[in-house]
Amino acid sequence: MSKLSVNHLLGIKNLQKEDIELIFKTADHFKEVINRPIKKVPSLRDITIANLFFENSTRTKLSFEIAEKRLSADVLNFSSSNSSVKKGETLIDTVNNILSMKVDMVVMRHPNPGAANFLSKHVKAKIVNAGDGAHEHPTQALLDAFSIREKYGDIKGKNIVIVGDILHSRVALSNIFCLQKLGANVKVCGPLTLMPKHITSLGVEVITNLKEALNWCDVAIMLRIQLERQDIKLFPSLREYTMLYGIDKELLDSLDKKITIMHPGPINRGVEITSDVADSNQSIILNQVENGVAIRMAVLYLLAGQIE
Amino acid sequence: MDKIGRIILDDVQFNLTIKRLAHQLIENYNDFSNTVIIGLQPRGVFLAERIKSELLKINPSFNIQSGSLDTTFYRDDYRRQGNPLIPNKTNLDFSLEDKKIVLVDDVLYTGRTIRSGLDALLAFGRPKTVALLVLINRRYKRHLPIQADYIGKNVHSIDTERVIVSWKETDKKDEVILYTPKNE
Repeated sequence: MSKLSVNHLLGIKNLQKEDIELIFKTADHFKEVINRPIKKVPSLRDITIANLFFENSTRTKLSFEIAEKRLSADVLNFSSSNSSVKKGETLIDTVNNILSMKVDMVVMRHPNPGAANFLSKHVKAKIVNAGDGAHEHPTQALLDAFSIREKYGDIKGKNIVIVGDILHSRVALSNIFCLQKLGANVKVCGPLTLMPKHITSLGVEVITNLKEALNWCDVAIMLRIQLERQDIKLFPSLREYTMLYGIDKELLDSLDKKITIMHPGPINRGVEITSDVADSNQSIILNQVENGVAIRMAVLYLLAGQIE
Repeated sequence: MDKIGRIILDDVQFNLTIKRLAHQLIENYNDFSNTVIIGLQPRGVFLAERIKSELLKINPSFNIQSGSLDTTFYRDDYRRQGNPLIPNKTNLDFSLEDKKIVLVDDVLYTGRTIRSGLDALLAFGRPKTVALLVLINRRYKRHLPIQADYIGKNVHSIDTERVIVSWKETDKKDEVILYTPKNE
């Protein structure tokens, strides 16, 4: 297979397993490229990419921007806080205005689930979803799976638990789709108030006891508590959450085997994991960030190759 | 379309040619200190490895650095082929700063691959010199002003003809065949 089966990267749900493998194979080469003395290749020199961020982001935005620049694309940055969106412009109008400036691809983060999907049906450009509400965050799931593959060689048969705020997490949903497509066993762990209603219909089991979950898994993906998305209180206090669902060094050392700790960032140090866990040799959090650039280069490269 | 194949290099000639190329390199690079032999992916890599082992047969004390280079990300026909071009592995874990480079490919035709190879090389530092070695030089159809310094065999061919180089490593025998389309 030499091209993706999709024209946009809207979510992991509509990707084939072969698509994911093609992205990984391409990312392997880009990982080599970004470790060269000159980390830049001219592949996308005739492509213009707009990064539209209607919601705050540091890591994802920087990662996309650096990936685009390493591919020699021209980059336009836009964030809604200082734009005409505040004056009442609709999403399609905003994007069409930007596309009139001859933009070939759009990377978009938006607070509304389905925003990227909606956009792909109404504008002529390749769309890459950089997170839409609590729906999907495909590049994060790809880089997580890529990092697990790098650490263990293969994802098939690995036990992976996603811990924390599953309800508000687009990372959790994309990760469940991605890891299951690659043959991993996925479970989720957290307080029941932070679990979506029909989560088990995705074929994942819910565990409420953290230690039991950690003893089962090879890899634990820790999620941030998204206080900004909680309209009502879903647990009594952060302190109580940390006591029940936070990982500290003591807990990590008490497990039967050495597990790998991942976190999509930003970390709330001392809430979901303590500093000594985040900085320990079992954590691959910074590898995830490096792999994020390679994965995003691969996605942009493959999609750009399909522009007519 | 039917085509007729004509052998330009058989197994014996093929290996004699590689031997001759190796000897020619020794004339110019002495003991190969500060020299790197780089094969272009995918098929130049075989030739580079053959040349290297031939050189070591001639003089086992040669200390020859070698690597492989993939030019996919530097090509000018990306997005002109309908599908993305799928890259190969680049294997160069040292700097090329101030090194003498012998760039190796199986067939020189339009010159576009070599052009992208030269660009790709620069990402690893500024080489002192770059020379080009090819097994087959298809004359007259160059798109760019690029010529080889070491040539296994010159072939005069027209656009519709194809030159196929087979390697023991993947195709079971060493052979170069020129295919001409048969006129109905």
